[in-house]
Amino acid sequence: MSLLKYAAYRFMTMLVTLWVVSIMIFFIINLPPGDYLSNQIAELRATGQSSAVEQAEFLRREYALDRPLWQQYFIWVGFMPGPNGFSGLIQGDFGWSFEFDQPVADIVGDALWMTVLVNLAAVLFVYMVALPLGVLAAAKSKTWVDYTAAFVGYLGLATPNFLLALILFYYGNRYLGLPIGGLMDPVYEGQPMSWDKVKSVLLHLIVPTFVIGTSGAAAMMQRLRANLLDELGKPYVETARAKGMAPARMLTKYPLRMAFNPFVADIGNLLPAMVSGSVLVSVVLGLQTIGPALLAALKSQDQFLAGFILMFVALLTLIGTMVSDVLLMLLDPRIRYGRRDV
Amino acid sequence: MSKLPDGRYVDDAPYDPDENINRIERADMDAPNWLLVWRKFRQHRLGLISGLFLLASYLMLPFAGFISPYTPNERNADHLYAPPQMVRFFHEGDFVGPFVYPRTAVPDLVNYRWTYETDTTRPMPLRFFCEAGTYRLAGLIKSDTHLFCASEGSTVFLFGSDRLGRDVFSRILYGAQLSLTVGLIGITVSFILGIGFGSIAGYFGGKIDWVIQRTIEILRSLPELPLWLALSAAVPSNWGPVAVFFIISVILGILDWPGLARAVRAKFLSLREEEYVRAAEMMGASSGRVIRRHLLPNFVSHLIASATLSIPAMILGETALSFLGLGLRAPAVSWGVMLADAQNLASIEIYPWTAIPMLPIIVVVLAFNFLGDGLRDSLDPYED
Repeated sequence: MSLLKYAAYRFMTMLVTLWVVSIMIFFIINLPPGDYLSNQIAELRATGQSSAVEQAEFLRREYALDRPLWQQYFIWVGFMPGPNGFSGLIQGDFGWSFEFDQPVADIVGDALWMTVLVNLAAVLFVYMVALPLGVLAAAKSKTWVDYTAAFVGYLGLATPNFLLALILFYYGNRYLGLPIGGLMDPVYEGQPMSWDKVKSVLLHLIVPTFVIGTSGAAAMMQRLRANLLDELGKPYVETARAKGMAPARMLTKYPLRMAFNPFVADIGNLLPAMVSGSVLVSVVLGLQTIGPALLAALKSQDQFLAGFILMFVALLTLIGTMVSDVLLMLLDPRIRYGRRDV
Repeated sequence: MSKLPDGRYVDDAPYDPDENINRIERADMDAPNWLLVWRKFRQHRLGLISGLFLLASYLMLPFAGFISPYTPNERNADHLYAPPQMVRFFHEGDFVGPFVYPRTAVPDLVNYRWTYETDTTRPMPLRFFCEAGTYRLAGLIKSDTHLFCASEGSTVFLFGSDRLGRDVFSRILYGAQLSLTVGLIGITVSFILGIGFGSIAGYFGGKIDWVIQRTIEILRSLPELPLWLALSAAVPSNWGPVAVFFIISVILGILDWPGLARAVRAKFLSLREEEYVRAAEMMGASSGRVIRRHLLPNFVSHLIASATLSIPAMILGETALSFLGLGLRAPAVSWGVMLADAQNLASIEIYPWTAIPMLPIIVVVLAFNFLGDGLRDSLDPYED
């Protein structure tokens, strides 16, 4: 199978997965009894505000919440015409947030890009930290370098993310003057892109990136170290050493390339954990990503908002996994997923 | 390499007379499997210490009420946000046994908070096996005897007190009851699902295998936390603490099984072709019997090792959920619930002791990791 064909195949499976995921997410969101509007209507009835009740009833019809659940699902996704014709996720209509009384698209807006940015930064951080540390730990295995790296790695795995975030924020601000909270200086919010704004965003990204990436970097470092150690024990390495190759060059030229595949493939496993981490850390640090909005939406049963954010998070991970699979194929000519030609 | 007087060279490396005997035939390897595993595990110092520590922690759980000087929701209105107290032994150079200096709260009207003045002239000895708030030993036996408590007119807050004047040390002990068992219940659920689905997929193969495989792939590709959040948001708010605790553990377990199922399936795929499986089938054993009696025992020890490694993820998961307000809720006490109080920068700066529950979390998670590593390394006693 050619690369292009494989990429297309991989894209198709992603779409199917996304479809299954949408069913799952819709089901989970509708698990709690009632919905935002029926709760509100009950409350309004109790306080005797009949005009408001009418408005809420109107919204209920408008968003098809009075129909059976399976119809609601098809309308939400856009497979079936709702009260206003086809307008679902596929058509680019993300629905209405009852809690904020605004279209979902307006609420999440910039937050989507910020989420992508934070996660991208975290992935880069993982690679930048895990690659040199993992190689170093393997090359100098059973020395203090190795043990220190392992210890720091274990600590990174064991510390709850949100606490690490709080502590780093506090000390980062106190001793390094790093800014607290948010993703940019409030001055730049709503401003067009400028050099200063970019700088401000980058400064604000330091702590979140570190926090989200640490556990992933620790896991990846351990994996790379183990793979590289396996390779280093093989006869060809001994041959290279015996013929007098410089250690650094020998290391990068053969064993590292062999140990590299799992390194790339792993991002598919790590990404879900990192997206999870970013949601949590965003809530704690008040970053303007979709994390806080998700939490608020879930707590108040704001179903369209919660559903859209969950779908977006799932899409983000699926795309990441797909990219890593295609990259792996580019990197290693031995990996071909198609049928073997005889 | 050293040279003998007659000019021959001799290797200095220690000589092992058993070296060339097949490892299985060696005398010291002639023991039941569990003994071999234990012998090897004993040499894994870190794993052994971690295991003992975890054993002690879990054995402590039923007696949390006895060890802690206060009950978890007992409020001391006169000691809000009190800093940790030291237990001392020497008063003005004389040994008087364990005691604390009493403190009084003084309002600091400039910073608008309580400060504490320590009265170092009156040592207040600790009482042992004293009577204080009632609790239930192991959840069954009503008792009011505590291992130690402060004498009348003083307090003993080893780790300080929180927003409502509750003792952080006692709450950590009580919190351990929920935080540590969450992982056990979760892993049980994950085990049942993982082994069930994994063995069905691996043993039968074909269409069932395909469906289960795709399900596993989908579940593995989704970020856990948002799903945990969504599922826990669906837990009705009028449920009691015990029910919430139980359902949260189940939720943690439900999203954990795919990894396990995958490992089980891979093992089954290779093992089902073995002759003893064929033999059992020919003798008319049912599929269930073959799976349970002949296949599972082959790698149950590996499963235990991998379970040990996934318990910490659940402990951290419970902490995160409770911290965000979607997990356990007060009056239930868990480490995550306690940390929810410490979730802003102000409390980290002014009342750093409210973040102490993070220490047991880190220690327990590390211990589980080390124990799991040790177990995994020692499961193949015939390998070096």
